[in-house]
Amino acid sequence: MLVSGRSVLLTAALTLAAGSAAAQSQFEKYQKMVAEGSPVELFELVGEGLWKKPQGPKNASLEQCDLGLGAGVLQGAYARLPRYFRDVDRVMDLETRMLHCMMTLQGRSLEEATKRLFGNADKPSEMEYLSAYVAGQSRGHAMAPGQSHPREQAAYELGRKLYFYRTGLWDFSCASCHGEEGKRIRMSELPVLYKPEAARPLIATWPAYRVSNSTFKTMQWRINNCFRQMRTPEPVFGSEVVNAMNMFLTVTAQGEPYRGPGTKR
Amino acid sequence: MKRHLLAVSTAALLAACASAPVVEHSKMTGAEIAQIDAVLKRDFRAKGQAKMTRLEPDAVQRECNLHADNPPDSVARSLQEAQLKTIKYPSDSLLGDWKNGRKIAESGRGMQWNEKPANPGGGGCYNCHQLSPQQTSHGTLGPSLKGFGKTRGYGPDMQRYAYGKIYNAKAYSACSHMPRFGHSGSLSEQQIKDLVAYLLDPKSPVNQ
Ligand code: HEC
Ligand code: HEC
Repeated sequence: MLVSGRSVLLTAALTLAAGSAAAQSQFEKYQKMVAEGSPVELFELVGEGLWKKPQGPKNASLEQCDLGLGAGVLQGAYARLPRYFRDVDRVMDLETRMLHCMMTLQGRSLEEATKRLFGNADKPSEMEYLSAYVAGQSRGHAMAPGQSHPREQAAYELGRKLYFYRTGLWDFSCASCHGEEGKRIRMSELPVLYKPEAARPLIATWPAYRVSNSTFKTMQWRINNCFRQMRTPEPVFGSEVVNAMNMFLTVTAQGEPYRGPGTKR
Repeated sequence: MKRHLLAVSTAALLAACASAPVVEHSKMTGAEIAQIDAVLKRDFRAKGQAKMTRLEPDAVQRECNLHADNPPDSVARSLQEAQLKTIKYPSDSLLGDWKNGRKIAESGRGMQWNEKPANPGGGGCYNCHQLSPQQTSHGTLGPSLKGFGKTRGYGPDMQRYAYGKIYNAKAYSACSHMPRFGHSGSLSEQQIKDLVAYLLDPKSPVNQ
C-alpha cells in the first residue's frame, strides 16, 4: 500500500532536489527517510521544496508568508492556528492562510490555487505537501489557537453550535456519529470530539498520513469528508464554516503538545 | 441573559487555563438557528446530486435543534404524528427478497456528492447495526438487530413497523439519529421491501 505513494514521492523529491543548490544534502536526507520508511517525513521534505519554490505570476516563494508569528516564522506557527489575522479581518486556519499567501505573495488566482486541493495516493496535492512541512515545524509546541479576539471567540461559538446541528439529507449532526463514547461505524471507532480527552491526542496529530488512503490528508479534507458522509452539499474550502469547525476542534484539544504530522488508520 | 453569562465565563475560562471548557449539547434559540442557516447557505455549494435544498431545515430538524435532540413529549408526539403520515406503504406484500436486502444493508454508498445518482445506493445498515451474526464488521450507533424477526415476531404488524421505521425513523422517535431513508428518497419502495425481508424472513441469516 505504501509503495505506490512512495514511488510518487520519490519522483517528486528527486525533481525538487535536482534543481536546487542543496541537491546533494536533500538527496541524502531522502535516502535516509526511505530506509527508515517514514512517509510523513517524505511529505515534509517535498513540502519544504514547494514552500521555497518561486511560483505564480510574481514568481515568488511562500517564504515570506505570515502565519501569525511574523513573515517567514514557521517555528510553532501551526500550533497557534486557527487565529485572527488583522490584515484580512478574519479567522484563518493553516490551509486558509496558505491559500491567502499564494494569492497575495505569488499573485495566483483563487481559481488556479484551489484547482486541486485534495490529492490521492498517486498524486498528492500541493496543499498537502505544504501542510506537512509547516505543521512539522510545531512539534512539541502546545496547541494554543487564538482566543482573545472577539472574532476568534465567535468562530469557536459557531463551531460549537455546528457540532450539534442536525442538517442535510440524512439529518445528521457531527454528534450523530461523534456524540457518545464507545460507538463505531463498522469497525471504525468514533471519537467524541467535543470532549478534551478524546480531542487532544487526535487533533494534535493532524494533518496526517492515512494508511487507509495511502496518502497524506489535511484537516480541511477531514471536515469536508465528514460533511460528504452527512449528505450535505460541499463546504467551500477556507470558508468561515470550515474555519469555525476547525477552531472548535482545536480549542477543545488545546494544551496538548503537537505531535504531528501523524499516521492514522 | 443566562446564555450571555455562560459565554462570558467560557471566555474567562479559556484565558485562565490550558485545557478546554466543558461543552454541553445545549438548546438553541430561533435566532441562533437563523444565524446558522444563513452561514450554511453562504458557505456551502451544490455539488453533483447534493443540492442546496438539502440544507433547508424541515420541522424535525428545526425542533430537534431547538430542543437539543430532546423535545418535550407534546412536541415529540406531534412531530411523530406528522412523520407517520409521510410513510407510503406498498399496496401489495411488504416482504421482498432478503438476498437483495443483504446487499442493501451492506452498502454504505449513495446520495453523496461524488456519487452518480443513477447508481442505486444502500442503507448502510451495517454502519450502525449488527444484523446477521456472520457479519462481524458492524457498527454500534444503533441497537443490535440480530434475530430481529425471531425475537420480535414475523407477523404483519412487525412487517408494517419495520417498513415504516426504515421509510421514516422519525415517525417513531422524533430526533432519532437514524436517517429517513424512504422520506428522503434515498431508498426505493422495492429496496425497503427487500430490507424488511432481510429483517423478517425466517430464512434470512439475520434470524438464524
Ligand atoms: C455519518 C457519520 C459521521 C458524521 C456525521 C461525522 N463524522 Fe467525523 N468521522 C466519521 C468516521 C467514520 C471517521 C473515521 C474514523 C477513522 O478514521 O477510524 C471520522 C473521523 C473524524 C475525524 C478524525 C478523527 C481522528 O482520528 O483524528 C474528525 C476530526 C471528524 N471526524 C470530525 C467530524 C466533524 C467536525 C463532523 C461534523 C461536521 C463529523 N466528523 C461528522 C464519521 C462521521
Ligand atoms: C446512522 C445510524 C443508523 C443507520 C445508518 C441505520 N440505523 Fe437503524 N437505528 C439507528 C438508531 C440510533 C436506532 C435506535 C433509535 C431509534 O429507534 O430510532 C435505530 C433503530 C432501528 C430499528 C428499530 C429497532 C427496534 O428495536 O425497534 C430498526 C428496525 C432499524 N434501525 C433498522 C435499520 C435498517 C434496516 C437500516 C438500513 C436501511 C438502518 N436501521 C440504518 C441508527 C441507524
